[in-house]
Amino acid sequence: MGLNQFLILSAFLFCTGIYGVLARKNAVLVLMSIELMLNAVNINLVAFSAYRSNVSGQVFALFVITIAAAEVGVGLAIVLLIYRNVHTSDLDEVDQLKG
Amino acid sequence: MLDYAWIIPALPAVSFLLILFFGKRMPLRGAEVGIGAVGASFVLSVVAVFQWIDRVDNATGHSEGLRALGRGIFATQGHGEVAVQPVVNSITWWQNGLAKFTVGTRVDGLVVMMLFVVTLISLLVYVYSVAYMREEVRFTEYYSMLSLFTASMLLLVVADNTLVMLVGWEGVGLCSFALIGHFWEEQENSNAALKAFFTTRTGDIGLMIGIIIMFFAAGTFSISGTNAYALSRGADHSLLLAGAICLFIGIIGKSGQFPLHTWLPDAMAGPTPVSALIHAATMVVAGVYLGARLYPVFFEGFSIAAGGVNFMALIGGITIIIGALLAFVQRDIKKVLAYSTISQIGYMVMALGVGAWTAAVFHLFTHAFFKALLFLGAGSVSFSGSHHSFDMKSDMGGLRKPMPITFWTFMIGSFALAGIFPFAGFWSKDEILVTAGASGFDAFMVVGLVGAFLTAAYMTRCIYLTFFGEYRGHGHPHESEPLITVPLVVLSFFSIVAGLINAAPLGLEKFKDWVEPTVTFPALVHPEFDYPKALISVSLAALGIGIAAYFWFRREERGPLEGLTQRNALARAGYTFLEKKYYLDVLYENVIVAGIKGPIARGVYWFDQHVIDKIVNALGSGARRLGIFTYDVVDQKVVDGAVNEIAEATGETGGLLRYVQSGRVQRYALLLFVAVGLLSLALLIANI
Repeated sequence: MGLNQFLILSAFLFCTGIYGVLARKNAVLVLMSIELMLNAVNINLVAFSAYRSNVSGQVFALFVITIAAAEVGVGLAIVLLIYRNVHTSDLDEVDQLKG
Repeated sequence: MLDYAWIIPALPAVSFLLILFFGKRMPLRGAEVGIGAVGASFVLSVVAVFQWIDRVDNATGHSEGLRALGRGIFATQGHGEVAVQPVVNSITWWQNGLAKFTVGTRVDGLVVMMLFVVTLISLLVYVYSVAYMREEVRFTEYYSMLSLFTASMLLLVVADNTLVMLVGWEGVGLCSFALIGHFWEEQENSNAALKAFFTTRTGDIGLMIGIIIMFFAAGTFSISGTNAYALSRGADHSLLLAGAICLFIGIIGKSGQFPLHTWLPDAMAGPTPVSALIHAATMVVAGVYLGARLYPVFFEGFSIAAGGVNFMALIGGITIIIGALLAFVQRDIKKVLAYSTISQIGYMVMALGVGAWTAAVFHLFTHAFFKALLFLGAGSVSFSGSHHSFDMKSDMGGLRKPMPITFWTFMIGSFALAGIFPFAGFWSKDEILVTAGASGFDAFMVVGLVGAFLTAAYMTRCIYLTFFGEYRGHGHPHESEPLITVPLVVLSFFSIVAGLINAAPLGLEKFKDWVEPTVTFPALVHPEFDYPKALISVSLAALGIGIAAYFWFRREERGPLEGLTQRNALARAGYTFLEKKYYLDVLYENVIVAGIKGPIARGVYWFDQHVIDKIVNALGSGARRLGIFTYDVVDQKVVDGAVNEIAEATGETGGLLRYVQSGRVQRYALLLFVAVGLLSLALLIANI
């Protein structure tokens, strides 16, 4: 197996993530799309790491997973608080910062 | 002390401020500060005198310190031509290209002598004023002005360049204005102050032009530099002549010389101690001091070495005679003394004009003591004898018995003034006459002798009217208090002994050794003491006293002159001519001032109305048109247009940016990813 298949998978996942972030109205789905993008990056890191026989990429993937877990924790908390205040998780409705 | 001479004028200057701000709260209303400061200056001046004498003696090589003073007076040691350098300390004030301006002090024999005279007489006048001015208004202001007066004069004396000198000179003029007008409640007094100010100011214009001429001639304001230039071979004689004439006009104004002497008698409106200060130690002698200080300029400019008539000697000679003649027709004792000062200053100026530098300065020295004595004596008479009047004919007479100290000190002063042997005035006046004769100025020697005769005569008249005959006043004459009599006694001591310092026949020529500069100075004539001439001058003075005494003391028996002015038209005309002061005031006021007020003023008014107003109006309407144009075109179109354009452009930009700030998270994310994509594309392209 060459490197290219991993990169194509990663690009596919990343584009799916972008699409999800831009197109979905539900905040929870947007968060999940972000997770997809992060995992695309992880696949890249691990693939390059294996390809170059260098573990630092895998270590970075671990870091990214940790950060992603924390980020989801904070992100879900924000979404819950928004829901509690405006009774919706639709991002188009949450536009109090509109200039 | 010679290096720190600036302290001497600084002390009274500081006391001026102290008295001005805090004087009224002090127990003696500020007098104690003034006396303390000038007393300290006096002590420092005495120190400077001793140090200078030491310096001279060291240079001439026969001295072991201060003991030289004692030996110097009692031994006769003339020194040769040994150069004693003046002590100059100056700092650069500012420098602009090649023009460099310095301030600093320059101390030599002349300065040291002046410091001694000015501080001593100031001190005595201050002490005297405590009693004399006690009852008067504005006592504190009087003392503060007196302090500034002394400070200005001392600054003028120690200055090392003509600019600083001018500062002191104008300071003296300002203070004299303030002090002459001290009793300004009466119109007459403030007029006198104004007259003094304006008349001396007329001369000051000449002085300033002279200083400027000498600056461009010599390229420096420094006194040493100016003098060195005047004596150098490269000096331009016509420039020197022009500079000397202009500087001399300043002297004429300040020292009350003909024809600008008319302010001096009017200046008697000020308090009497001020008159003493002005006439003895400060204002009036400032002119003579200037002449002595820049003497090489006058010496070369007027070609004094060549002999013959020159402007300076001529003015001095005229002033001797006209001043003395005017003293005969005065009723006011202070005016007699004022005209006497004019006449005596005339001697000094004439002496400078005939090359008798040492004699002129020596006469300044001795005259300071006896003229201060006479003025303070006149003040004492009016204070305790004549009920605050100065009119000899109506309020005095017979005062010698109730006021013995005043009488005897006044007699000593009069003898000194008249040049009777061995009082101070005899030595100095004789030196002037002898030097004038020896330098080929015989005509001026005769003028001086006539002046001596007249001086003796008018002083006899003055003494007779004041102290002899019947008392004609309305008060109760009594002797003045010690604060007044002690200064009189001190001054009469100096009036007796001051002349001995340069008494040639006794072998004392200390004044010449100590005071006369030996560097950058023209070669002066020092004639031997001439016994016949001295005899002639003393006999003439005695004759003057005798004739005057004959006329006035025998008045009861109707002397030959009695009623002459009624009988003889010529005598009456002469008397009126004198009483009108040669019509000089009439000339100034009715011809010059009225002329300026009349046709010239009308001409100027026409010019003002028709030319200047037209120009002003044209300028005004032009400015208005320019303003309208500016408003319409520049302000409305350019400025406002620019402001509006900027505002609109800002609004439009804001409108465009509004779409970005939508508040929609996903639009932000879209922007983010588009930006990242663009950047990646750019990187990709750059790396290919």
